[in-house]
Amino acid sequence: MAMLSFPHIAYLIPLLPLLGFLINGLGRNHLSHRAIAWICSGVMALAFAASGWVFWNLPAGAPTILTAFDFIRVGVLNIPFAFQLDALSALFLLIITGIGFLIHVYSSAYMHEESASQYGRYFAYLNLFVFSMLLLVMGANFVILFIGWEGVGLCSYLLIGFWFRNPAYAQAANKAFVMNRVGDLAFLIAIFWLIARTGSVNFIDLPMALGTVGQSAKLSAMDITGITILLFIGATGKSAQIPLYTWLPDAMAGPTPVSALIHAATMVTAGIYMIARSNLLYTAAPLVLTIVAVIGLATALLAATIALRQNDIKKVLAYSTVSQLGFMFLALGSGAYVAAVFHVMTHAFFKALLFLGSGSVIHALGGEQDIRKMGGLKKSLPITYWTFLIGCLAIAGIFPFSGFFSKDAILLSAFLKSPVFYAIALFTALLTAFYMFRLFILTFGGSFRGMEEQRHHLHESPLAMTLPLMLLAVLSVVVGWIGIPEVLMHGGDRLAEFLSAVIPVASGHEVSHATEYMLMGLSSGLVLLSIYVAWSRYKQYRSEESESSLTRFLDNKWYVDEAYQAAIVQPLHRLAGWIRSFFEPRILDGAVQGVGRVVRYLSQQIRFLQSGQTGNYALWMVIGIVLILSIQFFIRK
Amino acid sequence: MNITPYIFWFLSVMALFSALMMVTSRNPVYSVLWLISTFFAISGHYILLNAQFLAAVNIIVYAGAIMVLFLFVIMLMNLNRETEPQKNRWLKLIGALAGGCLLLVMVAALKDAELRSQQAMVGTGSIGLIKVLGKELFTRYVVPFEISSLLFLSAMVGAAVIGKKETPETLKS
Amino acid sequence: MPINYYLFLSLALFSIGMVGVLTRRNAIIIFMCIELMLNAVNLLLVAFSKMHHLKNLAINPMIGVDGQLFVFFIMVVAAAEVSVGLAIIVMMYRNVHSVDIQFLNRLKH
Repeated sequence: MAMLSFPHIAYLIPLLPLLGFLINGLGRNHLSHRAIAWICSGVMALAFAASGWVFWNLPAGAPTILTAFDFIRVGVLNIPFAFQLDALSALFLLIITGIGFLIHVYSSAYMHEESASQYGRYFAYLNLFVFSMLLLVMGANFVILFIGWEGVGLCSYLLIGFWFRNPAYAQAANKAFVMNRVGDLAFLIAIFWLIARTGSVNFIDLPMALGTVGQSAKLSAMDITGITILLFIGATGKSAQIPLYTWLPDAMAGPTPVSALIHAATMVTAGIYMIARSNLLYTAAPLVLTIVAVIGLATALLAATIALRQNDIKKVLAYSTVSQLGFMFLALGSGAYVAAVFHVMTHAFFKALLFLGSGSVIHALGGEQDIRKMGGLKKSLPITYWTFLIGCLAIAGIFPFSGFFSKDAILLSAFLKSPVFYAIALFTALLTAFYMFRLFILTFGGSFRGMEEQRHHLHESPLAMTLPLMLLAVLSVVVGWIGIPEVLMHGGDRLAEFLSAVIPVASGHEVSHATEYMLMGLSSGLVLLSIYVAWSRYKQYRSEESESSLTRFLDNKWYVDEAYQAAIVQPLHRLAGWIRSFFEPRILDGAVQGVGRVVRYLSQQIRFLQSGQTGNYALWMVIGIVLILSIQFFIRK
Repeated sequence: MNITPYIFWFLSVMALFSALMMVTSRNPVYSVLWLISTFFAISGHYILLNAQFLAAVNIIVYAGAIMVLFLFVIMLMNLNRETEPQKNRWLKLIGALAGGCLLLVMVAALKDAELRSQQAMVGTGSIGLIKVLGKELFTRYVVPFEISSLLFLSAMVGAAVIGKKETPETLKS
Repeated sequence: MPINYYLFLSLALFSIGMVGVLTRRNAIIIFMCIELMLNAVNLLLVAFSKMHHLKNLAINPMIGVDGQLFVFFIMVVAAAEVSVGLAIIVMMYRNVHSVDIQFLNRLKH
């Protein structure tokens, strides 16, 4: 084992999924279903094992930088292709490879009806996605992070449009891709700005750029504000915040495990990771932090209200993802980076659980996604039922499920920032509990409302699908226990301690224990009440709910898509139409063909010079000699 | 009284006049004869410059062998005044103008050259003598001299091959 | 004699040869004009070989001999050229029964 030193193992983590991608991508026409599933899940299991090894053997204190090679070296600018291993990235590595592994196992059963070639394509994309995501969290500078960032964007596009023969799905993939590009542009500009000012993009150079190590700062206050705002815009694209969130609900066009992996557990948290990674910059820009908090809060509330009226099981989960991401940004904006990372972690588990559970339901119903046509699935799908219940309790924030601890930490940080934020966040948490239990009760409670033939085919999913569900359910309960607040258990907040090397512990004003108890009690009580209301309202669900202008407003998702359509897409379409009908044929084609016509005219004139007569050529030669001599002797002087 | 300038001018006028006649005569045979006259004038210049070897070679090789070859070919083809193809007048004019321009430009370029005060030694000097040139040719220039014999050989073979009558039989083989 | 005179004489002969090339259509005449141009250059070479003499004769009595040997080699090459060139013209005459260079317009195709 002497050869397997720390860097070797760390390099293995991203290389294994890449290997899986290459094998499956190139061999998809030759490998069987079984081989593909084993290879993909196998590399993920190995990557997870390597991540675990790295996690336990992580050197304390300063981050470990592993430089593979020089990536860009121009003048004084040197961007190495390097990995940074510290508490934050190790944590994300565990989440990504762990949940990724479970989802690979789940997918092997879920996607089994695809042909072998499509099956291989699916798993190749999935592995490529994991590779990109690992690159993203392991990168030691913004450029490597950006490579991974773009990689996950690409894979997201490929996987949303996996069933690209359906135009609506292809459209959704395009939407996700374009919206991500908008954010990516801002991110890229932020990187350039950083390079222009500091000449380095390494994370470990950030403290130096800020001048906290006894040197004068390379970044002025305006630079910091600009860079952080641009980074945040980049994050809103990837992490689906206002105004770039509308792609995420549409992204549900992809296969359900993809939604679980990409649009709940990992990729959308890239924005959170990136901001947590550059927390030093953000701490130096209080104004931007407030903006982040406000945007996060607004997104959380908006998405929660929309989720109240959605009838597609995956759409509800999608909006709840947007809402939970909003919570995370609220935590970031409140300066509680640890709380945000904590919520990323717990959310990754219970949202993956919920999505996989919904996938199990959809699988059982033969593709049905409308919760109005479900109901009474408790008996047929017992494992799905219990695990889904755990997921709902976790996301609603019931003690002692994991969501309780992370959400409580966020609410506390919001309270410290401003009581108004706290009130809105609490209200959003109540909405969360309400719509999640509406979803839960409509799906599993009451009696079955679907078609007869579906009822006959109801079945529990195979072990490859239920096993990940059960594992995730257990994890959804226990993972919150690593961040028990100080007030409940002394030394319980092991996460903050673990991350303290990367994220300095805020020495903010403490709240008294009494206040903290009160806040916890208040939120728990209200959440329970909210669940009761949902239960009493939907247990006897029969038909359509009452219509009103407000519900119609919510049904149409605040008309945001329509507004974007009218404000951005339509003008662009009109501009494109003008270019097509006028600019291109008249001006561009005119210019191009004009050049051609001029050349043709001239060449027709010059053609007569090519007489083929040797005498003429000699004449031209003499004229040329005369000209050259004239220039040589008379003009050059 | 030094007779050299008179000889020089006489030879120069003879050379130019013969050259012009060569270019302008319609009958190719006359052209050849005028060219021979030009070569004689140039050989006279060589003698004036005390380059006797070159003067002799010029007369033997150029005026003798080469021009006889030309004359031979012309007579073989029975070319005369009537068969002589003529360019149209405008092309002739343009050609003459172009040549004139070349002369004008070169003269204008060189008339102020540093050479003005330089003299070409006339009537003296030994480098043009056969003895001196022969020594040089067979010592320092022996390799180019031998190579030039190869050139002659290849020219001879080439002329023979090109001039060979191509019958269907030879084409086949 | 001043070297200028030889220079201008050579230039004049050369230009006359050039005019001949440009105005005549008979391939043989054109060939002869080229010979004239070569001779003009020869004359100039010989004239230059006799320049600088008084100054440099004391140092190197063989100075200028290279120029005359060049003329010799030009004559050698010219003789070879004439033999091949005339062979080509004869072949052309045999094919098209003319020595008019108007017929040599294959360059166009």
